[in-house]
Parts: sequence; C-alpha cells; structure tokens
Amino acid sequence: MNHTAEEMMTVAAARELRDGQVVFVGIDLPSRAANLARRLHAPGLVLVYESGTVDTKPAELPLSIGDGVLADTALTVVSVPEVFNYWLQPGRMDVGFLSGAQIDRYANLNTTVIGAYDEPEVRLPGSGGAPEISAGCREIIVVMRHRKRAFVDQVDFITTFGHGSGPTDRALLGLHGSGPMRVITDLGVLEPAPDSKELMLTALHPGVTVEQVRAETGWSLEISDELGETTPPTERELTTLRAMKTVGAGRR
Amino acid sequence: MAKIVSLTDAVAEFVHDGDTVALEGFTHLIPFAAGHEIIRQRRRDLTLARMTPDLIYDQIIGAGCARKLIFSWGGNPGVGSLYRLRDAITAGWPVPLEIEEHTHAGMANRYVAGASGLPFAVLRGAAGTDLTRHTPTVTTVRCPFTGEHLTAVAALNPDVTIVHAQRADRAGNVQLWGITGVQKEAVLAARRALATVEEVVNELPPEPGAIVLPRFTLNAVAVVPGGAAPSYAHGYYDRDNAAYLEWDTISRDRETFTAWLRDVEKGDPEKGDPEKGEPGTKRRRP
Repeated sequence: MNHTAEEMMTVAAARELRDGQVVFVGIDLPSRAANLARRLHAPGLVLVYESGTVDTKPAELPLSIGDGVLADTALTVVSVPEVFNYWLQPGRMDVGFLSGAQIDRYANLNTTVIGAYDEPEVRLPGSGGAPEISAGCREIIVVMRHRKRAFVDQVDFITTFGHGSGPTDRALLGLHGSGPMRVITDLGVLEPAPDSKELMLTALHPGVTVEQVRAETGWSLEISDELGETTPPTERELTTLRAMKTVGAGRR
Repeated sequence: MAKIVSLTDAVAEFVHDGDTVALEGFTHLIPFAAGHEIIRQRRRDLTLARMTPDLIYDQIIGAGCARKLIFSWGGNPGVGSLYRLRDAITAGWPVPLEIEEHTHAGMANRYVAGASGLPFAVLRGAAGTDLTRHTPTVTTVRCPFTGEHLTAVAALNPDVTIVHAQRADRAGNVQLWGITGVQKEAVLAARRALATVEEVVNELPPEPGAIVLPRFTLNAVAVVPGGAAPSYAHGYYDRDNAAYLEWDTISRDRETFTAWLRDVEKGDPEKGDPEKGEPGTKRRRP
C-alpha cells in the first residue's frame, strides 16, 4: 500500500506509545497519533486531555481539545485546575505528546510568536498546556512536520522548555521529567544526543535521504552512527488511520 | 442573590465600560449569546480574561470593545488562528490591544487563588520559559518549608464573570455538567457574576459530575436557549465544528468580519446566535 509522508509520521508517532501508558495528549497531530495507537497495539492506552477528560476513548477524532465526544467517552471528567494540579503536576503522566510552530536544536518549542515579542511578525496562539506538560510528564514526544522555517537554530520564544541549551539545564531548573526524547517528523526521527542533548537524526523514513532532512533543518544536523530506517506503515496501520474521521468536519 | 432577568438587562446592569470581564467555558458552554450582547451594548475599554479566547473574544475584540486581553491560548481550536486577535495585536485594528499571557495551569491557578480569597497561587509551573520576562503577574516564590523555588501567579478577580450552563431552578441556583473547565473558580473569584442557561426548571435533578453554583454566588440568571452555540451544551446540542471552520474565512478579512458584525448588531439577544437562528440539534432526553 502506498502512503504519504504525513501518514508515515502519524504511524511512526503512534508506534512510540506502549500499551498501558498514561498519555497527556495535545490536539491535532498528537491526538491523531495517540488515537491511532489505541486502535492498534495499545488498546489499554490512557488518554488524558487538558480539558479534564481522563481515560477517554473517542470513536471519532475530536476537532478541539474539549469536544463533547471526549467527555462522553471518558472514565471521569475533572475540572481544568484539577487536571493540571492533581494529575499533571505531581508526575502521574508517562508521556506528553506535543507539537509546535518552531523547534530548535535542543528541542525547545515555540508556539507564541515569530519575530520580536512586542512587534511580532506572526502572532501564534501561545502557551496553552504545553509548558507544564513538558515540565511534568516523565518524557515528551514531539510530532511536527519537518520544514526549514520550523526547525530553527534558536526559537524566537521559548514557550515550552525542552533541553534549554544543554544536558544540565533541566536538572538545574528542577524540572522533573526527562524532556523531549524523540521528535517524529514526516521525514524521519530525531533524538537528543546522550551527552549534549542536541537533536540528531537517528532514523529516516523510507525513501527519504539525509540531504533532504538537512535541507529542511536550520542547524548543522548531526547524523547518528546507527542511522536506522523506519519500517513502512503496514496495511493494518494505514487502513486504521484512514478510517479515523474527525467529528463534524466537512458536514457542510 | 440571583434574580432571573433578560440577557439585555443583565448585561446593562452588571457589565460596565472599563471592567475586567471573564467569559469562561473550556470549549464547552462558551457564553456566546452574552458576548454578542456585550457587542450590541457597545461596551468599551474592557479587560477580557479567558483561558482560551476562542471565537467569542475574536468577535468582541474585532468589535472594538476591549483594550486588554488576559489569556493562555489564543487560537481557533483545531482550525488555526484568530485573525481579529492577531490584527488587534499586530496592527491595532480596530483599537490597540494590550496582552497579558500565561500558561493554562497559570491561568487556572489565578482563578483558584481568586476564588479562595488569596493574593496568589503556587504551582510547579514551567521554569526556563520566556513567559516570565513578559508577564508581570507570574514570578517565583521560595517554599518556606523545603526551600524549593516554585512559580507564583497573582490572583485574578474579575469585576464580572459570565458563564453559560445547562439549567437553573426558579430560585436561581445554576447547574452545569460535562467539561466544567474553570467556571466554578471564575464565578467564585468575581465581584459580580451572571449565568445564561438553556432552561429553567422547578427543581434541579441530580446529574452525574454536575457542579452547582448556588444562587448567592450569582447576581443574575438569564434564560437563553442555544446561548452557547456554536460551542456546545452537553446533553442539549453538539459543537458546530463547521461554524468553527467557517469562522476562519469570516475572521481573516476586516470586510467579511464587519459584515458579520452588522448581522450580530441586528440580532435578537434572547435567541442565541443570530446567524444560526436555531440553537443546534436539540438532543436532550426528557
């Protein structure tokens, strides 16, 4: 079965999640991948959304983080202060699943502003739940389309702290979790180098070259000595992904 | 003590020019009809507070009612940007907009502190981000017991909070359920509070997971069926996702937005969203 780069990214992201894990899910790409994992190899995956829906099992994908389908199918629905204070903050979440407009070589994320804060070129939505998700989850997986304007040497604004500027920054700031451990893109997989925490290319998706990835990355990207190739999506993965519909989209 | 009044009278009496106003509802139960009434009554110089400005604040900002926005995530959920918000921040149209931004956890805890009668709230927060350099109402505090450095956020006490709920009883006690967001905290933190509701019943039947805002926490309740559309009211009607997609086109351009605004100004305040006429698909079980 032929697949698109976007489908490869979603499938690769879904494979990162293991059955039984508790995942704090961001909307859009992360939500799609988490829901795919739950339909495939991780039926016992626990999805938590910042709208306070805990262990939700939506039959269709939500368009927003607080769609009714999330509340209808949740084990329990808690208030927004509660989901952050009782559930995220103390470290009950195994994995945080995030995306962003910009990411830099230390996996810091920007969803606030392109350009200067006071005179922005493009004003983006802002923080949402992401900063505390990155601070509080045991590990973070980032899902993002690989484009040169998004993969930058330094983000214009650190909305969500990744590894700061090196291996000791998270510990110095008292951040509990291990931070971004994998960045899944539509071209391949990046992981922080164990010593420097700088993102390096560890896997290519089928048909993608190192040159392509370098051309879409705004810093001189290191390539892992053990560069792997992602297994292409199986027929079951693709069929399941394509069958997932978003609630109410295209009704008109 | 809550009195049951018309939406027009409630906004006229309790929302004033220059107020800090919070219209809360996390994706669910967003008080759109009340927001449109604020536009119709041409309130000015408002400081708008809301975790997710959503379409409703895009509309109020585009109408020129606000001079400041306090928020934590300003997008069209699942769709893209809020273009009226962007235009106000980057081009000052129709009037300049000052912003004060937080994280979701920060905003939620600001309401918690406000509701608790405390000057600030403590959270682990997100150290290392650029937010603290731009937001004066977030800082760090040292724990007096362990010496740990933690994040502190100032309490948020709106002059008036407005929420939408499923129902009220005749005495003005208000019940809401589904995703309950920060509505309880936002109401309890406010100096004045209003609720719009889908319906008034003789007695509030028990509902799993519901919260109740007792009548002495509210100043006024107005019956506005469909008052949350195009967001949704759990058990009554679904989120109109198509309308959220459509807003992307309306909001993008000053002219299409102005045409939309003229329609709202002609709308009937007691009928919810004038664009839709009907408040979504009613699916409430008897």
